[in-house]
Amino acid sequence: MDRRDFIWLMSCAASAGLLPGCTRGLMREDVYEAPSFGNARLLHFTDCHAQLMPVYFREPNVNIGVAGARGRPPHLVGQHLLDHIGASVGSSDAYAFTYLDFVAAAEQFGKVGGFAYLKTLIDSQRAQVGDGNSLLLDGGDTWQGSATALWTRGQDMVEACNMLGVDIMTGHWEFTYRDEEVLQNIQRFNGEFLAQNVRVTEDALFDGASAYDEDSGHAFKPYTIREVGERRIAVIGQAFPYTPIANPSRFIPDWTFGIRDDDMQELVDSIREDEKPDAVIVLSHNGMDVDVKMASRVSGVDAILGGHTHDGVPQPLVIENARGKTLVTNAGSNGKYLAVLDLDIGVGKVNDYRYRLLPVFSNLLTADAEMQAYIDGVRRPHLAKLEEPLAVADSLLYRRGNFNGTFDQVICDAMIEVGDAEISLSPGFRWGTSVLPGDTITMERLMDQTAMTYPETYVREMSGAEIKIILESVADNLFHTDPYYQQGGDMVRLGGLNYSCDPMASMDSRITDLTLDDGRSLDATKNYKVAGWATVGAESPGPPIWDVVAEYLREKKTITVDKVNTPVLKNVANNAGLADYSGLLE
Amino acid sequence: MGKPIKIRAKVKGDIAEVKALMPHDMESGLRRDPDTDELVPAHYITDVVAEHKGEVVMTAYWGTAVSKNPYVSFSFTGAAAGDTIKMHWNDNKGDSSTTEAVLK
Amino acid sequence: MNAHRRLVLKGMFALAAIAAWPRLLLAARPDSVFQETDADKVIADLFGQAPTDSDQVMMKIPDIAENGAVVPVTIKTDLENVESISIVVVNNPTPLAASFIMSPRSVPTVSVRIKMGESSQVVALVKAGGAVYSTTKEVKVTIGGCGG
Repeated sequence: MDRRDFIWLMSCAASAGLLPGCTRGLMREDVYEAPSFGNARLLHFTDCHAQLMPVYFREPNVNIGVAGARGRPPHLVGQHLLDHIGASVGSSDAYAFTYLDFVAAAEQFGKVGGFAYLKTLIDSQRAQVGDGNSLLLDGGDTWQGSATALWTRGQDMVEACNMLGVDIMTGHWEFTYRDEEVLQNIQRFNGEFLAQNVRVTEDALFDGASAYDEDSGHAFKPYTIREVGERRIAVIGQAFPYTPIANPSRFIPDWTFGIRDDDMQELVDSIREDEKPDAVIVLSHNGMDVDVKMASRVSGVDAILGGHTHDGVPQPLVIENARGKTLVTNAGSNGKYLAVLDLDIGVGKVNDYRYRLLPVFSNLLTADAEMQAYIDGVRRPHLAKLEEPLAVADSLLYRRGNFNGTFDQVICDAMIEVGDAEISLSPGFRWGTSVLPGDTITMERLMDQTAMTYPETYVREMSGAEIKIILESVADNLFHTDPYYQQGGDMVRLGGLNYSCDPMASMDSRITDLTLDDGRSLDATKNYKVAGWATVGAESPGPPIWDVVAEYLREKKTITVDKVNTPVLKNVANNAGLADYSGLLE
Repeated sequence: MGKPIKIRAKVKGDIAEVKALMPHDMESGLRRDPDTDELVPAHYITDVVAEHKGEVVMTAYWGTAVSKNPYVSFSFTGAAAGDTIKMHWNDNKGDSSTTEAVLK
Repeated sequence: MNAHRRLVLKGMFALAAIAAWPRLLLAARPDSVFQETDADKVIADLFGQAPTDSDQVMMKIPDIAENGAVVPVTIKTDLENVESISIVVVNNPTPLAASFIMSPRSVPTVSVRIKMGESSQVVALVKAGGAVYSTTKEVKVTIGGCGG
């Protein structure tokens, strides 16, 4: 069955109101099962952000690439991406990989992800190649992002991953629980938690802190060797390099991170020398652009299976380096996709590959009964709270995009109203699900946007100069021409304040024309009342953000987003990472 | 008298790798006391010497930009497990500290 | 004669005499260079010659500092007859952070942690065989951002 048949079937199923049960046999056998290739299958999912249940997730219409990343995946949005992969508007691929016609497509194709459906898909993909011929890799950002993950301190996800059969993982938001909780979760995890780039600080080592290797300072095991398809595969873990900068270091004071690509090269060389593997794979949470640069600098790696930047990239990039080529992938977020990398591995060498990034369409897969029962059990004690209706969405609410999302606008508006502030700031996270127009915003949907361990809010005086510095710093973290200096989040979201942004400019000159909603220019020397949340440096004094937004939603009852504080953009009008922009382009 | 230096030193082959941590405030002289808003006077280690078998194997000259509780690591040849290494620092206020450790 | 000029002269003298007395240079802490506020002058005063950019000087330092008050730096080199290893933080109020004087038994690798007030170029300088070699890297000191 080719793509056109699939689309036809999808539309028939939708129009006929067929139950999933009627189509699943066809879909499971014919769409998800391409012929296998080679002798080893690597299954990879990443950044599911603890979404155990199927969700809606709108891909961005703003994901601007700068310098070398301009005009190449993942910085192709909408039609640019469809042209790149040869898919058509209205297809299931268009729904899976782009924002195009999102509401209509969501109604047609249904929710994506969900661990019970992911489990069914993983099991069938593993069964196809037989025992001992596959590995399941989890790129991290798995234990955070939902209410239940927060309330169980990530434990619900550890058990779900054990049931899923995850062999190897690395991490990022996993490190936003306290260090002893991280270690407990790793202990409960049946697979291996790998990170070559997390070290115990020298001070902590002198104080007798435990390390995987006290000589090297590795906090966790850096790599493992697995037999797959009768070949030896080395898998190296690369955690998010900037965890203690992007997230609070106070929860994990003894661990230090970094890209450490020179250490990566030394490790790859020593593994190749000592272990004589047939393939070397890096399971990375660097983010796609960082992985692309690392692939160009580190040689001897066959593939970097990447995450962090939540990019649903249909095919790997092939990056050349000193001693060969490295595949670089990124497998999206929120449980939306399962990546299948089939490798033909010879002795000491990968001969060829096939890659598919399979969307997890919950309408087309049967829920795994055991996993669903487990998930129901996790949710049961919290169900009343999760399902509490807060308001009805009158327009589509989503977060993802470089500058602002409609759900973030709601959060920003709530902070201004509840905190009686002039300006509000909200972090540019890339997790958080979407809510369709007409749907109820439940507490669970609000927690999808806010469930984290440093949710405290603040309202304080900040000078215009301070606000400008914050915007410039975050813009540099997003648009620095060298990806090693980027952190992979999106721009801080603003309420009550407007600006112009030139992503192509240099640090301290990207942000101009700062103007409050009432038309006043932001004065560098004046103080403004600013509300915000998720402070990285120290705990803020105010109530958690979900309380603030819930209060706002309950009062409003219906949420219509009329105005989004998204900047006037300069010098990016012809950038393929931008389309259907809601703001002005200059 | 300054606080003792924490030293961990291991020998591989005949090369000793020394890691040392020196509890010290390392005040740059540019920091203001948050309570009084007065500049905190500069107070920092200016030099560090490591000796092995009566020979100086490493000398460090430091300015105010070395971090609080300085950490240093260095290596030298001609070492054997069981040897003693002596480390010593002086600071700008005339304080000093000397610590000996056995190479492992 | 002020301390600064003495140092330059001393540096030049040492340069001339390097083959015979390789450890004369930096035999005492160069106090005035630690007070100097201009990075180019620091390097000139310290060595009396301009450094050559070299990939034989390897510096491990984070691209983005986790904490500007504690930035770990490791410098090592394949060069022979290494006399000293120095670290200069261009944008610090006083750029010279540290100088390590090697002994005949030294393995030329040192690690230390430094303070950085703001984003800056960091220069690692190795004096070896009478010449000075360097490598430079940008280190960003940033406010916390947001995660993906």
